[in-house]
Amino acid sequence: MFAFILSRILQALPVMLTVALISFAMFAYVGDPVAIMLGQDFTEAQRDALVRELGLDQPFFVQFAKFVVNAAQGEFGLSYRLSRPVAELIAERAPATLELAFCAAALALLVGVPMGVYTGLYRNSWLSRFFLTFSLIGVSLPTFLIGILLILIFSVWLGWLPSFGRGDVVQLGWWSTGFLTWSGIRALILPSITLGLFQLTLIMRLVRAEMLEVLRTDYIKFARARGLPNRAVHFGHALKNTLVPVITIAGLQLGAIIAFAIVTETVFQWPGMGLLFIQSVNAADIPVMAAYLLLIALVFVVINLVVDLLYYAVDPRLRVERGAVRGA
Amino acid sequence: MRSWMRAATLAALLGAMAAAAEARTVRWAASGDPNTMDPHSQNVGTVTMVLQQVYDALVARNPDLSPAPGLATAWEQHEPTRWRFTLRPGVRFHEGEAFTAEDVVFSIERALQPTSNFGIFVDTIERAEKVDDLTVDIVTKVPDPILPNKLASVFMMSRSWAERHNATRPQNTRQREEMHTVRSANGTGAYRLALREPDVRTVLARNPDWWGWREEGNRGNVTEIVFRPIASDATRIAALLSGEVDFVLDPPLQDLARLRNAPNVKVLEGPEIRTLYIVFDVGRDELLYSDVKGRNPFRDLRVRQALYHAIDIQAIHRATMRGQSVPTGTLFPEQVNGYVKEEDVRLPFDAARARALLAEAGYPNGFSVTLDCPNNRYINDEQICQNIAAMWSRVGVRTALKAQPLGPFFAQIQRADTSVYLLGWGVPTLDALYSFQSLLATRGGQPGDGIWNFGGYSNPRMDALIGRMKTESGEARQAAIREALRLYREDVPHIPLHHQMIPWAMRANISMPHMANNQPFFRWAVVE
Repeated sequence: MFAFILSRILQALPVMLTVALISFAMFAYVGDPVAIMLGQDFTEAQRDALVRELGLDQPFFVQFAKFVVNAAQGEFGLSYRLSRPVAELIAERAPATLELAFCAAALALLVGVPMGVYTGLYRNSWLSRFFLTFSLIGVSLPTFLIGILLILIFSVWLGWLPSFGRGDVVQLGWWSTGFLTWSGIRALILPSITLGLFQLTLIMRLVRAEMLEVLRTDYIKFARARGLPNRAVHFGHALKNTLVPVITIAGLQLGAIIAFAIVTETVFQWPGMGLLFIQSVNAADIPVMAAYLLLIALVFVVINLVVDLLYYAVDPRLRVERGAVRGA
Repeated sequence: MRSWMRAATLAALLGAMAAAAEARTVRWAASGDPNTMDPHSQNVGTVTMVLQQVYDALVARNPDLSPAPGLATAWEQHEPTRWRFTLRPGVRFHEGEAFTAEDVVFSIERALQPTSNFGIFVDTIERAEKVDDLTVDIVTKVPDPILPNKLASVFMMSRSWAERHNATRPQNTRQREEMHTVRSANGTGAYRLALREPDVRTVLARNPDWWGWREEGNRGNVTEIVFRPIASDATRIAALLSGEVDFVLDPPLQDLARLRNAPNVKVLEGPEIRTLYIVFDVGRDELLYSDVKGRNPFRDLRVRQALYHAIDIQAIHRATMRGQSVPTGTLFPEQVNGYVKEEDVRLPFDAARARALLAEAGYPNGFSVTLDCPNNRYINDEQICQNIAAMWSRVGVRTALKAQPLGPFFAQIQRADTSVYLLGWGVPTLDALYSFQSLLATRGGQPGDGIWNFGGYSNPRMDALIGRMKTESGEARQAAIREALRLYREDVPHIPLHHQMIPWAMRANISMPHMANNQPFFRWAVVE
């Protein structure tokens, strides 16, 4: 087990380095931070001084090497835009994004899996048809449109829920949480639905397809022949066997939720990492963009590792094979 | 004992409720957040609009932007290169320090540091000298007739506060540590910074001791300002309609009709001191992005005039800007010193004339060129460029449009890597020199000359006139500006398009004057 984790971590290193190289090379095209930092009025001498100060006059690979060495120590320098340490900025925004991603993922799983099971078992009921039609909306409408529609209905017309921001947050050490205040919880509702809707429908359709597949297999027929109650057949045998692909997809989607919260965060002015990233792109704030992309790469690497480990828990065959290899 | 405590608690509660009834909060939203609270670090509108509530300058501004007494009560040009400022007595900073000549000298020195972005406002200053506690002399390198107007943009800090917090220079981005001034402020202004959460909210609380509340005209009754950036246009407007914010600085044009019809919301319309131009590359011998080889068509006056005649500015005004623009034929709007109505005349829209001029210049079949344009800097910038590209193509100049976000766009034009581009230009000093010097002086002359002249325009006559604007005063100076505006019209180094309008949207119970520099002053805001 330990060797397995270690090998995965070693595999992750080149992935991270590649992401770093690609993102760093990309920054040559996002615009000139110097132009943005100097504003409307400057002299050539001021410009040259700033270029030297930022080290932008050095060769590409020297800049890249410095960046990697510093990044390995968690040192990303000062944001060009906000003049604050990048690590501090990201740590400040991470709770907002993670809480939103958590709510969206919980929503997708807790609603998506039961809906999938239901539509798989009762294929022809009108409720199943309704769910399937509804899921088409979730898959086909772009996120920003869903967000704006929800704002229009629940904020502007009905006036029930806030249209932007996080509400009041409570500081627990360095973590700021919106779960402990009424306005914080209210503020979470619309962004979570917006962010989670696509994943919800995806999971529902996946579970439904898998359920249909599994219900046709022989062991379900044997289980029924043994006279097991429906509940045991459906949830003990059928659902459990649909879970391997669901876990893979749900895991990867969690990474996607964190990484692509950007659109939702922009629509709802949610003060998370995605919004920070967008604002950094507009200002060509390279240190923040680099740190964010590396962090997202790291999130995907970690989630893949966790998903692999979960397979062992869900699928006993994998455990047996490993055991056999070890015994041999 | 117990009942005594209960009574005290009750009294405190009642007191708090009374105070709450008195509290008048304005919740203010705009698309961008100020990047810093440092008064001399970044010269951008989003920073100034918040900091001007907190900090004062020597010279204040009236609602029509004319200079008014600020932290200085009087000023005069003692000698050609020496201005004397008399300071207001009895002013204190929010943290209690007395405001004296020391602070003025310090603030001007700080704005002169290389890490300051405010060089343009202090570029002529040699040094500031303390005469006594309430008198300061500012010595300039050359006579500077518009110094007071420029100093309206230089905020005054407390020397002792800056020294105590190790912030005697504006933030240097290369440093590893954040400066105190990035998130803290200590001014003399009408509001003090109560809370600063970058990108989330900035809370300003009324400073009851502000010197200005005793002056006439400052009738504002707002006790608290909560500023929140909301980047998405749709969300910002939704928040205003749903009553979650009271004041939106930058409502998108397409929502104005809806806002005007919404109950309890009003739209305050007004001009902005920002003019949009099409700028030609008239410097190179061959254009970088064109199929004409061996010569530069834009060096021929007739070609520039032809492209001017080809633009139907009324169509842009009506359809693209939805009436929210002031078409112009000159370099800056009337609020700027030096404006001459007679020179504000456009070449008329005349496509036939445009084709004839092109043929006369030797391009009967036109030519191709690439128009560079930002797509998120000015109001409807990309649509304006699309219109112009279509209008030019109609007279035979096949125009390819390259629209980009402001980051890459400005990087590209600042390398002069363009053949023709769209530029918008604001005039913070409210004086003609700022536009002429930055946009039309030959590059590489004195500091500040031609720093935004990426079309390579160079005319010795224009340079001479700009030189006169720098040193002369009174009627002679106005004459030089008038002549330069005439020359600008004759030479057509740019095609001026329009001055932007900047509507503000707010709750119907708020009244405040519209400011043409897009910087609201809450000292004049009244909530009923």
